[in-house]
Amino acid sequence: MANIKLQGLRHSYADNPKNDEDWALKKIDLEWEDGGAYALLGPSGCGKTTLLNIISGLLQPSHGSVKFDDSEVNQISTDKRDIAQIFQFPVVYDTMSVYDNLAFPLRNLELAETEVHDRVTEIAQLVELTSMLTSRASGLTAGDKQKISLGRGLVRTKVNAILFDEPLTVIDPHLKWQLRSKLKKLHQLLNRTMIYVTHDQVEALTFADKVVVMNFGEVLQIGTPVELFEKPKNTFVGHFIGSPGMNILPCSLDSSNVKLGKYTIETANQVSQNHKGKNLEIGVRPEFIQFSDDGLPVSIVKVCNVGHTQIVETSFEGHKIKLIIDEDIVLPSNNVHLSFNKNKTYLYANSWLV
Amino acid sequence: MKLELKEVVKTVRGKTHIYPTSLTFKSGDFNILLGTTGSGKTTLMQIMAGLESIDSGSIYFDGKDVTKVPVQKRNISMVYQSFINYPNFSVFDNIASPLYVAKFSEVEIRKRVGDIAELLKLSPLLDHNPSELSGGQQQRTAMARALVKDSSLVLLDEPLANLDYKLREELRDELPPLLAKRDSIVVYSTTEPQEALLFGGNTATLHEGKVVQFGPTNEVYQYPNNIISAQVFSEPIMNQVKVIKKGNQLFMHSGTKWQLKGKAAILEDGGYTYGIRPHHFKIGANNDGFIRISGRVDISEISGSDSVIHFENEDGFWIVHLPGIHSHSFGNSIELYMDTTKGILFDINGNAIFNNEQADMVINNG
Amino acid sequence: MNKTTNQKAWIFLAPVLILVAFNAFIPLITVINYSVQETFGNNEFFWEGLTWFENILHSERFHNSLIRQLTFTFTILLIEIPLGVAIALAMPTKKGIWLSICLVTMSLPLLIPWNVVGSMWNIFSLPEIGLLGKLLNSLGFDYNYTRQTGDAWFTLILMDVWHWTSLVVLLSYAGLIAIPDAYYQAAKIDGASAWSVFRYIQLPKMKRVLTIAILLRFMDSFNIYTEPFVLTGGGPGNSTTLLSIDLVKLALGQFDLGPAAAMSLIYFLIILLTCWIFYTLMMRNEED
Repeated sequence: MANIKLQGLRHSYADNPKNDEDWALKKIDLEWEDGGAYALLGPSGCGKTTLLNIISGLLQPSHGSVKFDDSEVNQISTDKRDIAQIFQFPVVYDTMSVYDNLAFPLRNLELAETEVHDRVTEIAQLVELTSMLTSRASGLTAGDKQKISLGRGLVRTKVNAILFDEPLTVIDPHLKWQLRSKLKKLHQLLNRTMIYVTHDQVEALTFADKVVVMNFGEVLQIGTPVELFEKPKNTFVGHFIGSPGMNILPCSLDSSNVKLGKYTIETANQVSQNHKGKNLEIGVRPEFIQFSDDGLPVSIVKVCNVGHTQIVETSFEGHKIKLIIDEDIVLPSNNVHLSFNKNKTYLYANSWLV
Repeated sequence: MKLELKEVVKTVRGKTHIYPTSLTFKSGDFNILLGTTGSGKTTLMQIMAGLESIDSGSIYFDGKDVTKVPVQKRNISMVYQSFINYPNFSVFDNIASPLYVAKFSEVEIRKRVGDIAELLKLSPLLDHNPSELSGGQQQRTAMARALVKDSSLVLLDEPLANLDYKLREELRDELPPLLAKRDSIVVYSTTEPQEALLFGGNTATLHEGKVVQFGPTNEVYQYPNNIISAQVFSEPIMNQVKVIKKGNQLFMHSGTKWQLKGKAAILEDGGYTYGIRPHHFKIGANNDGFIRISGRVDISEISGSDSVIHFENEDGFWIVHLPGIHSHSFGNSIELYMDTTKGILFDINGNAIFNNEQADMVINNG
Repeated sequence: MNKTTNQKAWIFLAPVLILVAFNAFIPLITVINYSVQETFGNNEFFWEGLTWFENILHSERFHNSLIRQLTFTFTILLIEIPLGVAIALAMPTKKGIWLSICLVTMSLPLLIPWNVVGSMWNIFSLPEIGLLGKLLNSLGFDYNYTRQTGDAWFTLILMDVWHWTSLVVLLSYAGLIAIPDAYYQAAKIDGASAWSVFRYIQLPKMKRVLTIAILLRFMDSFNIYTEPFVLTGGGPGNSTTLLSIDLVKLALGQFDLGPAAAMSLIYFLIILLTCWIFYTLMMRNEED
């Protein structure tokens, strides 16, 4: 196990990168602590897979260094970095049995067969493949194949980190949560560094202790799921996390108050005059908005009952505001007003938290 | 407009893919096919489109028998999971292709394509090639092509499944108003109960080639007619626990018991299955209907504002969904309150028993 | 998915059907007709039944030709398949100028008309004036393919390898580039050696393509006529008289139409049977 540091990392796939767009990773400085469960979260094309492949050594970065336990590994090839990587599509050796698949990395290290046997049985139990050890790998379901990939990743004793590249993509949606829980449980049991790349915020937040949110090759925020949820530092983070995401509304400043139209909104962060002139927005999550007797007047556009909650879409001066309320609450029919929880309402200038 | 499937059966090489199915879809609302992969959604859609033949049964459109009508003559549009576009056409030509085939005038084509592109935010991309677009844009192009002509039947087969999470949310918001303006029948298939609930309309729950229940979405959700329908429409799964009824009380294996009210009290004594969805649990008891459940935590998953906790006790494995952040480590003991008024009783055959009139009405009509 | 049935399609097929009938079907019937009769091609027919078949199957001449043919086919398969795969493995995987050069170079031998191939090698290997012939002799080898059986075989096989290995290369390459990157990446992570990668990833994933390559080479080499005929004419003596050459000698040289027809049919059936066995065996493994 190792502490992984990324310093000054920049990467471009083009031979002669000229402008910003040519850089898949613009400037990354990150530290992954030993044994942590991390998620790399971001939309398609944000650079998360590039970052993962740089950590595992499948890709050489254009600039910057990758350090394991403070020693640089840029020049060290993938198999010597002691990394396990599980890909989007299950990779199994079709001609081998499940047992042989799991044994493969160990046999490449030329371990004694008795050792191999012990280790394989141990891991097979962990990922619940014991009953299938003698079956041929090619005939199994996608979920089982991913388990084989996972098992192959765990079977080596010296593993610095386990990297997951959107591993649940091909899994039946009905079974996704099962495998997700299993991964989390495995992390608790094994305490190995696990880095999980995904575009699904639910996956990221349930799996990781710390989430790195990326967009356009940059890291926007690193924090625990709670931090990212309660206090997003960037409007993109606020919008991307949560379903539905944070409401972002353009606002203005007058003397010392934040104004939405002509209504004053109280925010958790301090407001100062420096912020005038910048693109100002208010961010508040649907979970922290309620109906009230007075406050922001809105009109109700749509109500969706999603089982245990209701998602209500309202409109204020042409802007959409969504709120989430309990299933049992009855909606006001006229004179609808909203109040925002001021401790969870933030002011953003040029998309960043002030 | 009305599409009727009457006792439609499909077998492939001896294996039944679709059991005798009768469904009626009307225009004006989303008609949703909800089920896991392999439950028959795609097959059913292809049958409706005319891309698959049926072994027996018939298909009626507005009262006319269209069973033998080939797909080219059925005036349908289809959107697939994998964004299918003509790779060598520009976005404009892609969207216009059904209009070229139907020989619309140039002026008409430009107008229609322009309108739909505007609606789907594709206007600046009209002369690009699909390979240059992102996944979301490619899927919008496919949708535009499906919507540009006035088809009587629009079939969407898990169209959002291959898109990023956030993109899925966005398109989910945009789809209903887009489809509401037309007089066509819309059939949408998905594996996610959330999506069905968000779209509303009517939902048919499918399982292994059979339609288990069909009706207004919210009703199918609240009042499943049997345990299979309930499970198809639950994510995460519905908790199922074996109970014994004695008199007007229900007992779990561990001895935990609670009072039964209303119609349920007059049922026969004996064994039943009690189903309750994960979000009907609270940290504290709100009223008399709540009973205490405790157990040992297996894992607790936090997702921003909520927690999903898996725990087990004598009565089995439980999954609960609680608002707020509650982190527990493996092995911690946990104590919660279950809202017994929200549970559903299933008899030994898996059929649901409800104790209020609205539910009975739904079951009898569905 | 069911396609719509449409009678109009038959009209499109009519010209092709007529052509195939004339060029393949009717001649085939004619051959079958000849194979059970005695005739000198002057429209006089005497029924012989299965006599010709019996004669052929018992004739030593046929056996020898068959053995020569089998030796030839299996030898070139043993050389061309591994060689083709090896070259495909060595070819660049990224699109670029080098890949284009390789692909064009590989395609060139396949574009040359077969009799030209035969002629080229005929002259190339001539012991006195051919580049190869002269070279080998100057290196101390006593090489003369027109006189020595061993040398004739050597030249024949060399020519075929030169001519047809490219086909195996191109097919194998197509199979190779279809393998997703993730497999190579996973193998790297698993610490697999290059041989393991070949054995456990590349070879299994190329199975379909290799089956086609082997089948094609088998059929073509079993049928081969032009190149060896132009190269050696079947000589020296009859040491390189493969089945097809023998057949033509029988039919056109001796005008034994009956036995020739019978031999054609036997020839045809051997190929059909072998291909079918081979294909079934390879496909049976796929079903797992």
